[in-house]
Amino acid sequence: MAGKTLYDKLWNAHLVAEREDGSALIYIDRQIIHEVTSPQAFEGLRLAGRQPWRTSASVATIDHNVPTTPFKSAAEIKDETSRIQVQTLQDNTKEFGITEFGIGDVRQGIVHVMAPEQGAVVPGMTVVCGDSHTSTNGALACLAHGIGTSEVEHVLATQTLVAKKMKNMRVSVEGELGAGVTAKDVVLHIIGVIGTAGGTGFALEFAGSAIRSLSMEGRMTVCNMSIEAGARAGMVAVDDVTIDYVKGRPFAPKGADWDKAVEYWRSLVSDDDAVFDEDITIDAADIRPQVSWGTSPEMVISVDANLPDPAAESDEVKRSGMQRAYEYMGLKPGMPVTDIKVDRVFIGSCTNSRIEDLRAAAEVAKGRKKSDSVKQVLVVPGSGLVKQQAEQEGLDKIFVAAGFEWREPGCSMCLAMNPDRLEPGEHCASTSNRNFEGRQGNGGRTHLVSPAMAAAAAVAGHFVDIRELEPA
Amino acid sequence: MEKFVRHDGLVAPLDRANVDTDQIIPKQFLKSIKRTGFGPNLFDEWRYLDEGFPGQDNSQRPLNEGFVLNQPRYQGASILLARRNFGCGSSREHAPWALMDFGFRAIIAPSFADIFYNNCFKNGLLPIVLSEDNVESLFKAVEGKEGFRITIDLDSQQVIPEAGEPLAFEIDEFRKHCLLNGLDEIGLTLNEADSIRAYEERRAEQEPWIFQ
Ligand code: SF4
Repeated sequence: MAGKTLYDKLWNAHLVAEREDGSALIYIDRQIIHEVTSPQAFEGLRLAGRQPWRTSASVATIDHNVPTTPFKSAAEIKDETSRIQVQTLQDNTKEFGITEFGIGDVRQGIVHVMAPEQGAVVPGMTVVCGDSHTSTNGALACLAHGIGTSEVEHVLATQTLVAKKMKNMRVSVEGELGAGVTAKDVVLHIIGVIGTAGGTGFALEFAGSAIRSLSMEGRMTVCNMSIEAGARAGMVAVDDVTIDYVKGRPFAPKGADWDKAVEYWRSLVSDDDAVFDEDITIDAADIRPQVSWGTSPEMVISVDANLPDPAAESDEVKRSGMQRAYEYMGLKPGMPVTDIKVDRVFIGSCTNSRIEDLRAAAEVAKGRKKSDSVKQVLVVPGSGLVKQQAEQEGLDKIFVAAGFEWREPGCSMCLAMNPDRLEPGEHCASTSNRNFEGRQGNGGRTHLVSPAMAAAAAVAGHFVDIRELEPA
Repeated sequence: MEKFVRHDGLVAPLDRANVDTDQIIPKQFLKSIKRTGFGPNLFDEWRYLDEGFPGQDNSQRPLNEGFVLNQPRYQGASILLARRNFGCGSSREHAPWALMDFGFRAIIAPSFADIFYNNCFKNGLLPIVLSEDNVESLFKAVEGKEGFRITIDLDSQQVIPEAGEPLAFEIDEFRKHCLLNGLDEIGLTLNEADSIRAYEERRAEQEPWIFQ
C-alpha cells in the first residue's frame, strides 16, 4: 500500500464520520474569528437558539477594519460601519464566552499573524477562519483553510465541517535560493508557474530543500499565498524549525504534554512512498526577485525582465485578460519592470508583516531616504507583539528616519477597508497578496513584491533589482 | 436555505476570466452585519462610473452603460454565464449573498474557485460547471439572440438551453440533496452529535492539549 501524504494524515486524524454520498464530517480544532465575516454567523446562532459547541476552540481578534493610527475604544473609530463591526465582535465574543484580543491588547493583530504567534495553532490541527488566507497556518503542518460565513456558523455550532477530501499536490523547490530572493519571490514564482487556478481542488504541500531552508515566517509567507494559486490549503511538513517555533508560546502544550506532542508531531510528514496526484519540481536557481505587473497574481515577472506581450499568448481567454490588465494598470507590453514608477508603498499584511519581514525592509531603509516622488510609505506590523519587538530592535526609528510611516497593527492597505488606501491611478509596491482591480482603493494599481523590494522601490521611486542596490 | 429544484431564466453573459470576489462585491460593502441588501452593489466598480460607498442612493449614480448587466436586454437576468475560475480571491460569503440579492439563482462557468463554489451551496445559489466548449457555445447563443433563456433542472442535472441540446452537469450528491430540499446543514450535522462527542473523547486521550 502506498504511503500517506501529510494531508492524508491530517484528514484521517480528523474524520468524525464518512457519509454514503462521499462527503465527510471533519473535526475542527481551532477557529479564528474576525469582525468582518462573523457577525452573520453569530446572528444565525442566536436566531436558531444555538450555543457554540466548544468555546475554547475559538479565538477572535479585530484586524480588517481597524485604523492604523492609535485609538483606545471602538467609539473612536470614525467610520460608522467599521465601528459597528468592531463593536459587534466585542459584543458577540462576550455574549458567547469566546476569547478576543481586542482594542488595546498587545496580542491584537491580523488573524493569521496573531494565531501562530500565540501558539493558538500547533502542528496536527485543523484550523479554519472566515478568511481565505487561513492557509498561512499550514506552515505549521496544519490543515488550515478559509471558509465562508455559513461555515463559520456551522463550526461554531457543531465544531465540524462537512467536507470532501481534496486531491494532493506537492510543489518542491529544490536547491539554494539566490541572494535577494525571499519566500515571497518563491511563492510569486510558483503562482507564475502553476497559475491562479493551478491548485484548485488540491491541498498543496510545499517541500524541497529551499522550502526547508526557510524560517517559520518564510514558510507562512509561502503558505499564505496558496489561495492565490487556487488551493484552499497549503502546508509544510514538521521539522525542527516548526517545533522550535511553537515551543514556549502561550497556548502551546507544556510539560509532559509537550513531549507527547513533539513525538506525535514528528510523524506529520509525507511518507517517502506517498503518491501525489500532481507533483511539481521547481529549481530554486530559476527564481529571481518578482514583481507582479497585472491584475491577477499570476501576472508576475522577474524584476530584470520586460513586460510580456499579449500577442504572444495563444490562449484567447488569457490574452484578453492580459489586455484588460494592461489597460487597467496603465502599462505597455515590452517595458522594463524597473521603469514602473511607484506612488505609494505598503509594507504589511498577513503575507509580510512579521518581524523578519520588517527586518528585511529596515535593512534596505537604513541610511536611505524615501524618494520625493513617492507620496507615502506605510509600514504596518502584523500584531501588537510584532510592533513591540520591532521597536525593541529600533526598526521603527530606521523607518521614520527614512521618511516611512510607522503604524498600528491591522490589515490596513492590503484591502483598504480602513482609511489607508490608494487614489485612482496610483501605483503601489505592496507586500500584500492580491493585485485585483480596486483591491487597495478604487482605481489603484498594485504590484506585489517582497518587503526588501518594496523598501527599495520606496527609496528609488521605481522598481529596482534588490540585487543591484547601490550601498547606502 | 432557499430550495433549488428547477429554474427557468434569462441569461446574462459576463465575458471575463478570473472574476474575483473583490469585483463581485467590493470591500467597502462588507461592513454590513446583515446577509441582505448587497444586490445594488454587486459588481459595483464595473456597474457604476463613480466610487460607491455603503448607504448611498444607487439610483442617483452614473451607470457604466457598457457593462453587461446595465444593458436593457439583460434586465431581469437570473442566470449568469461566466468564464473560468469565477469567484477567486477572498472567502467572503457576501459574494453569493450579493449575487442572490441581485436576483441570480445560478451561475454557469467552466470552473469556479473552491471557497466561492462551496459558499454558493449554503445559500441556494447553484454553481454549474460545464466544459469550456459548452460554455463558449452558450456565450455565442446568448449574445446572438436577445432574450435567450435557459432552464436548469437540478434533479436530472441538466442545463436546457431554449435552442440546442440539453447539457448534463455533475454535482455532489449531498449538496444536491440539501439544495433540492432546502435543508439546514447545521441541523443535519447536529443529528450526529453523538459521533462528534465520541470523536472528541478519543482525540482528548491522544492529544489532550487540543482541548485545553
Ligand atoms: S492582511 Fe489582507 S489578506 Fe491578510 S487577512 Fe487581512 S485583508 Fe486578508
